[in-house]
Formats: sequence, C-alpha cells, structure tokens
Amino acid sequence: MSTDTTMTTAAANATDGSAHTIVLVGHGMVGQRFLEALAERGLTTTHRVVVLCEEPRPAYDRVRLTSYFSGRTPEELSLTDAEFITTHGIELHLGDPAEAIDREARQVTARSGLVLTYDTLVLATGSYPFVPPVPGKDAEGCFVYRTIEDLLAIEKYAKARATTGAVVGGGLLGLEAAGALKGLGLTTHIVEFAPRLMPVQVDEGGGAALLRTIQDMGLSVHTGTGTQEIVTGGDGAVTGMRLSDGSELPTDLVVFSAGVRPRDQLARDTGLTVGERGGITVDDQCRTSDPQVFAIGECALASDGRVYGLVAPGYEMAETAAATIAADEASFTGADLSTKLKLLGVDVASFGDAHGATADCLDVVYSDSRSGTYKKLVIGRGGELLGGILVGDAEAYGTLRAFTGSVPPIAPEQLVLPADAGAPVALGPSALPDSAVICSCHNVTKGTIRGAVTEHSCTTVPEVKKCTKAGTGCGSCVKVLDRLVNEELSASGVEVDHGLCGCFSQTREELYEIALALRIPSFQVLLDRYGREGARGGEGCEVCKPAVASIIASLAPTIGASGYVLDGEQAALQDTNDHFLANLQKNGSYSIVPRVPGGEITPEKLIVIGEVARDFGLYTKITGGQRIDLFGARVEQLPLIWARLVDAGFESGHAYGKALRTVKSCVGRTWCRYGVQDSVRMAIDLELRYRGLRSPHKLKSAVSGCARECAEAQSKDFGVIATAGGWNLYVGGNGGATPRHADLFAQDLSDAELVRLIDRFLMFYIRTADRLERTSTWLERIPGGLDHVREVVVEDSLGICEELESLMAAHVAAYRDEWAETINDPEKLARFVSFVNAPDTPDPVVGFVPERDQIKPDLPLLSIGRRPSQALEGSAQR
Amino acid sequence: MTPAPETTTLTVQLRLTDSWLALCDLSALTPGRGVAALLPDGGQAAVFLDRAGRMYAIDNRDPFSGAAVLSRGLIGSHQGRPFVASPLLKQRFDLESGRCLDDETVRVTTYEVRIT
Ligand code: SRM
Ligand SMILES: Cc1cc2nc3c(=O)[nH]c(=O)nc-3n(C[C@H](O)[C@H](O)[C@H](O)COP(=O)(O)OP(=O)(O)OC[C@H]3O[C@@H](n4cnc5c(N)ncnc54)[C@H](O)[C@@H]3O)c2cc1C
Ligand code: SF4
Ligand code: FES
Repeated sequence: MSTDTTMTTAAANATDGSAHTIVLVGHGMVGQRFLEALAERGLTTTHRVVVLCEEPRPAYDRVRLTSYFSGRTPEELSLTDAEFITTHGIELHLGDPAEAIDREARQVTARSGLVLTYDTLVLATGSYPFVPPVPGKDAEGCFVYRTIEDLLAIEKYAKARATTGAVVGGGLLGLEAAGALKGLGLTTHIVEFAPRLMPVQVDEGGGAALLRTIQDMGLSVHTGTGTQEIVTGGDGAVTGMRLSDGSELPTDLVVFSAGVRPRDQLARDTGLTVGERGGITVDDQCRTSDPQVFAIGECALASDGRVYGLVAPGYEMAETAAATIAADEASFTGADLSTKLKLLGVDVASFGDAHGATADCLDVVYSDSRSGTYKKLVIGRGGELLGGILVGDAEAYGTLRAFTGSVPPIAPEQLVLPADAGAPVALGPSALPDSAVICSCHNVTKGTIRGAVTEHSCTTVPEVKKCTKAGTGCGSCVKVLDRLVNEELSASGVEVDHGLCGCFSQTREELYEIALALRIPSFQVLLDRYGREGARGGEGCEVCKPAVASIIASLAPTIGASGYVLDGEQAALQDTNDHFLANLQKNGSYSIVPRVPGGEITPEKLIVIGEVARDFGLYTKITGGQRIDLFGARVEQLPLIWARLVDAGFESGHAYGKALRTVKSCVGRTWCRYGVQDSVRMAIDLELRYRGLRSPHKLKSAVSGCARECAEAQSKDFGVIATAGGWNLYVGGNGGATPRHADLFAQDLSDAELVRLIDRFLMFYIRTADRLERTSTWLERIPGGLDHVREVVVEDSLGICEELESLMAAHVAAYRDEWAETINDPEKLARFVSFVNAPDTPDPVVGFVPERDQIKPDLPLLSIGRRPSQALEGSAQR
Repeated sequence: MTPAPETTTLTVQLRLTDSWLALCDLSALTPGRGVAALLPDGGQAAVFLDRAGRMYAIDNRDPFSGAAVLSRGLIGSHQGRPFVASPLLKQRFDLESGRCLDDETVRVTTYEVRIT
C-alpha cells in the first residue's frame, strides 16, 4: 500500500512547468503558517506550491496536543482543511517525507520516489524528541510525546497493559506528558535530572512552589535523579527503570521527554551550514547558507544564535520567509521567550529576563507555600520591569508582559501581591505605551489595536480580533485585549452598552444577581428601582419582560416568588407561548407537546394521545425530541385537551418555554447488547429532576448507554454517555444553525456525582448567561471558557457550589405541573378564549384544509391583505 | 348609557362608527396584556390595559402574518410611547397611532376605548 496520499492536485499552475515552484518540507505548525502567509500575499496564485508532509495528517495544533486526552479529537486539533488547500491550489503529499536534497539540480526526492524541482525550498522540519542513550530505551512500552500518533500509541498501551507510568524529564513537555498519564488513570512518576522542575522556565523558588502543588495532586516527583537503564521483563516489555541512586522504580510504561533537538539532518546531508549544537543556520530573512533555501521554525538556528522551541517565534519566521519571497521587507532577529502555560492545572508563566541575567538587576518576590503561589519580578536599575516568573497565579501575566521594558506606573510589589492583599486586581492597559506588544503570537502592539478601533471603526472585541489577529493564537492575551478594546471604545466616545435592553442598563447576569441578593420577586420593583432613568415607572418592553420573568421563575422558591408562571404579575411578563402554555403557530392556533420523559411511553399513554388527537382533529407528528406534537388547537380548546391529558398522567412538556425540553435516551443496557448502563432510567431521572427549570435559553439533554452514542448526547447542552465505570458528562453541545460538539466535562461519575455536577453546571449557566444564549455560546463567550467553568463547578473555585446546589434543590422541591395547576384554576381558565366578548365563538381566521389524511393551516385565509416580511426578533435571531 | 349605580363594576367599551360597544368587565383585563374582541362586522380588535391603567385598542390582525394575534403580544414603552410586539414575527406597533415601528409603510387601525 502506498503511503502517498495527495489531498489535492493543484490547479493549472501546477502543471505549468514554467511557474516558479516553492517546495515546503514539513507541514507542522510553522509550515502551515507559512502557507497561510503565502496565500495572504497572493503568492499561491503566482507560484506552484508543493508540500511534503511526513505525518499521515495535515498540520495540527501541537501546542494543544494534550487536549486529546480531555476529549478533543484529532480532527478538532487540525489547523487546516481541504478547502484551504484546494482553494489555494496547494499540492499536499501526506505521509511522504523528503529524503534527499540535491542543491545543484535544485531537486528534492521524497520517500515515494517523487522528485520535485524547486526554485525556492523551505525547510520547516521541526524537532525530534531527544531520547537519552540509556540501555533498554527501545523496549516495548517506551514512548515519546510529540505527535498524535505518539498519543494514540500511549493511550492504547496504557489501556491494555499499564497501571504505572514514568516520565523522563520534568520540563514543560514532561509535565504535560505526566498530566496525560495521570489522566489515563496511571500511577505517575516524574524523573528529572535537574534539581527542580521546569529548570529552563522557572527558578528555584518557582520550582519549589510547582513541586508542592504537583505532589499534592498525587504525582511522585524524583528531582536530581538520572535514569540509568530501562529494565525489561521476559517478554521484552518495560517493567521498571534503574535510577542514578541505584534504586529501581517499577513502571509499565516510560515516556521520554528529555528535550527536543532540531531536525537538521536533511540540511547537513546537503551541505548547508548548521550550528555546533544543531539547528540550520539562517540569517535575518531566514535564509540558509544557500539563498534559495529557507529554514523556519524549530529546525532553524536564528541569527541571534538561538533555536526557538516555541510556536510564536516560529510564526514570525514563517511570516518573514514568506515576505522575503514576495520581495517585501521583513526580518527575524530574535524573539521574546515569554510563555504562559497551564500544566497539570497549574498556571506557570515566565517572561523577559526571567532569570535576572541583566547586570545589577533586583528581584521582587512574593511566595506563599500554602497556596503554591510564587511570583518574582526582575527590576532594572532604573526601575524598569525586565522580566519575571509566575507560578500558581498568572493572572497578571498579560499586563506584566506588556510592561516589560518600561517603568510600571505603580510600585512593583503591588503587581505581585494577591488581589485580596490590597493590590489592584490588574493594572489597566491604558497605562501602557503604544509600542507595548499585547499579543506576542501575532506581534500586535497596543498602537495597532487602538488603530483598529479609531481608524478601522471596529466596535467589538471579536471585530478587533478579526481585524488585527490579536488574541487568535494561544489566547493568553485575550483578557488584556478585552480591557484595552473596551477602554479604547469608551475613550473614543462609543458607549459600550452591555445593558439588557432600552429599559435596563444591567446585563441579564447583573439583574439575576440583584434579584437573588435582594430577594426581588417583581418586575415592577426591579424596573422602578434599577431600570434606566427614562424607563422607570414605564411598561418595560418585549425584551426585558420575558427575560426577567425567566429569572424570577428560575429563582422562584428562593426569592419568594410563586413557582407558577401565570401567577399575578408574572402572567403579564410571559411571551405568548408561556402565557398560553403552548406553542403559537403561523395561523394563530397552538401546538401541544406532553412530556414523555426519556422518550419512554406506555401503550396506554400512546392510545390516549391518539384519542385526544382524533377527537380534537389535531395534526400529529413525532418530533425530533422523542415525543409527540399535536398541532392546530384553538386557544379555547387547550384546557379541554389538557384536562384529558392530565387525567391520563401527562404533564406539560415545556416545549413553549425557555426551559428544559427533553432528555433523549437510547434503549441502553436493558435491551441493547452493547449497553453498559441503564440509559433510559438515567434519562428519565434527569428529565424529571430538571423539568420546568426556566433558563436563559432552552436546555436539551440526552443519555447514551455506551460510546456508540445513539442518543446523540454530544450535541446537547448537557449530554451523558455511559462508561464501564459510570457516566461521562459532556457540556455545551448544540444542534441548530451553528452546531457545536459538546466538551467532555468529567469522567466516570457515579449517579450521585453526575447529578451533583449537572445541578451546579445548570445553575451556574442560569446565573451567568445572557438572554437567549445557549450553553454552547455561553461557554465560548465567558472569560476562561470551559476551564473556568470546570474550576467553578468541579473544584468550587468561587466557593459557590453549595449555593448552586441548594438553588437547584429548591427548584426540584417546588416543581408543580403548570397545566394541572391551570385547569384547576377557573380564573386562569377564563383567559383561554378567542374573544373576551364572545367566549364561545372560535377565531374565524383559524381554519384548516386536509393534507395526507390530516389537517394543515388554511393559508388563503391568512393571506388576505398580508404584508411580506421577515421575522424580526424571533427566538432564532438572538 | 347609564352605568348601574349600585355596583362598582366598570365596563370596557369600544367606539364603533356611531356607537359604543360594551366588551367586558375591566377586571377581565390583566395590566400589561391584551384581549381580543369580536366586532359586529366580523373584524377583530385587540384591547390592551397598561400598568398605569390606560387603555388602547388596535386591529387584532397582524398585517405581516395574516393571523389575528396582536392581542397576544407583549406591550412595552419606547421613548414614552406605548407599543405592542407581535407574538409571531415581533414587529412593534405604536398603540396610539397604529404605526408599525419597524416598517413605516405599515399601519393598523386604531379604536377609541373607554371605561364606564
Ligand atoms: C417540533 C420540533 C420539530 C419537529 O417537528 O420535530 C421543533 C420545532 C420548533 N423548533 Fe426546534 N423543534 C424540534 C426539535 C429541535 C431539535 C432536535 C432535538 O432537540 O434533538 C433541534 C436541534 C438541537 C438543538 O436545539 O441544539 C432544534 C433546533 C431549534 C432551534 C435552533 C437552536 C439553536 O441553538 O441554534 C430553534 C430556534 C431557537 O430556539 O432559537 C428552534 C425553534 C423551534 C420552534 C420553537 C420555532 C418557533 O419559534 O416556532 C419550533 C416550534 C415547535 C412547536 O411549535 O411546537 N429549534 N429543534 C422539535 C420539537 C422537539 C421536542 O420534542 O421538544
Ligand atoms: C506536547 C507539546 C506541547 C507544547 N506546548 C507548547 C506551548 O504551550 N507553547 C509553545 O509556544 N510551544 C509549545 N510546544 C512547541 C510547539 O509545538 C512547537 O514549537 C511547534 O510545533 C514548532 O513548529 P514547527 O512547524 O517548527 O515544527 P513541528 O510542528 O514539529 O512540525 C514539523 C513537521 O515536519 C515534519 N517533518 C520532519 N522532517 C520531515 C521531512 N524530511 N519531510 C517531510 N516532513 C518532515 C514532521 O513530521 C512535522 O510534522 C509544544 C510541543 C509539544 C510537543
Ligand atoms: S448507544 Fe450503545 S447502548 Fe445505546 S442503543 Fe446505541 S449501541 Fe445500544
Ligand atoms: S499572545 Fe497568543 S494569542 Fe495573543
């Protein structure tokens, strides 16, 4: 079988032998960026571009490699797609590495035998993991940590035959690998030769803080210890490792992560100059000793004598090489080595001159071993900030990095003190000079960002991101970016109004907090006290009324409101659907969806639904939510229909509400030969627990009985998939117009743990989301994203979990069926008439005609004098 | 018409070309919402009561969808003027003038209402 997979063959220019040909060797992160830079400069239309890619898949996000273990698929890690490759006519050869370069003939030969003649050659071959030459290093069970294939192999081996794992190397990548092993359920050891963890990035104090935190997580750390030999058993597989102190550490699996070395062999073989300690020597334009050949990324030895092992400098090299090829001016003479990482959940950041190499510099250190926090700033003689190290709390990283090289406007100690020790939470970016680099991934300065607002009239953070690219790399600058853009907007007179509507200047989240903290169960009180000046005493509007109604309903038992949405003032706030507890259809009739928890229904109940539909002449359809919708009821028929349904044991399905809709299920373990848990029972339990829960937008869920996922749980706001050990919880999934795969939130939960996490998750969402914001968009929007939500909900970082749980407990205890309540309340029933002055007359506009043995709305009846129009603020719009 | 002197019941009336049509007791209206009324010519009116006790009436037919549903919309105030938003496609109509706030070429009939 040939390994050569060609994703596309290029358009006309490819076959035209006269076109200038650029051959790129290596389709990693930097190679991909180089292709994008070529495309942006239009070079892909004037040049033939051919890529030799060693790996079996196109470029992916190596930086986020480890997120594979938290559920991100290889496809989601991809940095490109067939469309990019095709539209730019790029010839991409997957699984076909370059094996030789003939510079005389300007030819590259690939493993498949393919020979390419180039005008310009670009090497972007990256690095390979260094494996110390210890005996046994090639034994079965020994791995490196660099590619998706490495991860797949580690995962497979760990699952099949390992309970213990050891990582050789306690640097950045070693800690990532250790986190992955721990995540795979292995007892994990880290063996580091240096006296501390992450010797390159942090100093002794930082290493100590890191060590404690990592030990607290249950990992064993052996620093100041070398690996002498890999011990194997009779079958040749790893059984342990012999350490430099003579002891033996039993382990089933070893991951080498002892640093990387530039892949410069191809260059060496063809006589290009390489550095003494490796790396292809390049000049300021990223040209090698042969001007037709460029080298970029981790394989290059930059003109400042350094090999950069980070992606941001590699991106800069990619831009430089592309610009040079386009005959534009550009140069790469070195980069900032600042990094901010989250390793095993611990923030670690270092920037500028972190180790205090500058002459006469001074340190400011804050260290708190109780919380595992260590922060050091290096200050120059003139008071300028030179660099620093942050471990355990890297909140100030963005601001500090931007101040590097200048004298910060406040005393340095204030910058490292924790927020509750009287220090400013973060220094406003307004104090920064225009030249300060805000986003180092894309080298965007404060000046450029301000320009986006003042000259390119961007009015939102997403617009600025799009316009400047800032914040679209590693994401570590996004917080500072947010603040900067908002400050700039207010400064240029654009009022950044985050208010809910014309009546309230508060966001939905703020109104929720007010209602909860002050126990305000009334829209009028909220509006008259907290509304905008001109709106107080007024009527409110169609936006804030239902939003506040939803807040009051979510909090009802806790703030002393009635849990019944048609009680008192609440009735006046509801959208027509909630007001009639049914879904309005295009001709003014309504549809009815009884709850069918988990999609499980008895024949008796099915018969009742059939009889009711027949007796009232309703159109019947199975919905996409595993239940049955009955269409075409007039208002005055709703109570009569529900009297029959309630009598048969049905409840409201809340198809009309921004509330829990359905919890779909698959048949699961009871019947299905693959099922590992009882998914139907769990779906029913969850549906009954959260029924009637009003939320910022509708909530959907599903439970699958095994990983085959027949219930499509990963497209739900909260989805549950059975595992042999319990349940995996996924959150933030969405179907609809902008589908989103749910993120894995927690694994192997017991029933009780699952319910507890969902309780907290939903209540936190209800508390902080905007109106009509599904969990998917909410997760994408809130600062810190999924990680933040996990910290709050799983680790209780805000200390609010108890409150979230008790809010949910109050909801569950107070739940009553809205329809049962309504049909027993004559006063409420009086509303269900077409005409107040002719209660027995049906609305003549609601008429039906037959279709496929059922009814459908009589459209000609509606069309008289009708204006064509689009929906304005329908639910789908916001 | 003379209201019955002995009771405190207030009646809502709507002006037809040359007479007033009694619709219902005031208590049948919820402040902030509307009801639909059937007119002698087969037309329909949507009658609203606001928080301050003021009443408005417009044609019940939503000109954008053709359905008779405006009485089921939410009312609000915008720059001091009262409006109703259609429950179907959300266009807003000024309750005093009948003008559509989202499409100036559209206007619905308004009616005079009073309480006696
Ligand atoms: C009846 C049903 C279609 C059917 O005949 O199967 C339906 C009907 C409507 N859907 Fe849906 N959706 C129905 C399942 C779905 C599904 C499938 C599912 O739930 O598994 C989806 C995709 C999954 C999802 O939501 O993530 C779906 C995505 C939407 C969306 C897009 C949501 C989004 O976040 O993008 C809207 C618009 C909205 O809510 O903003 C919508 C809105 C609507 C509305 C409420 C539109 C409206 O305002 O009139 C429809 C009214 C239903 C009615 O009058 O009874 N419907 N809708 C399904 C009812 C399921 C149920 O038993 O409750
Ligand atoms: C687990 C992990 C975490 C990381 N975390 C961070 C981080 O948080 N921040 C950060 O800045 N950096 C991080 N890095 C480093 C970052 O991934 C690299 O700096 C970046 O990928 C370098 O890009 P590159 O294109 O130069 O090399 P690579 O991405 O390695 O790409 C080189 C490609 O060239 C291919 N190749 C090699 N030889 C040939 C040949 N002869 N023919 C064809 N193809 C060839 C290789 O197979 C590879 O696909 C991390 C790396 C790893 C492994
Ligand atoms: S998800 Fe698994 S248990 Fe459920 S029906 Fe499908 S195969 Fe069976
Ligand atoms: S610094 Fe990485 S995205 Fe801005």
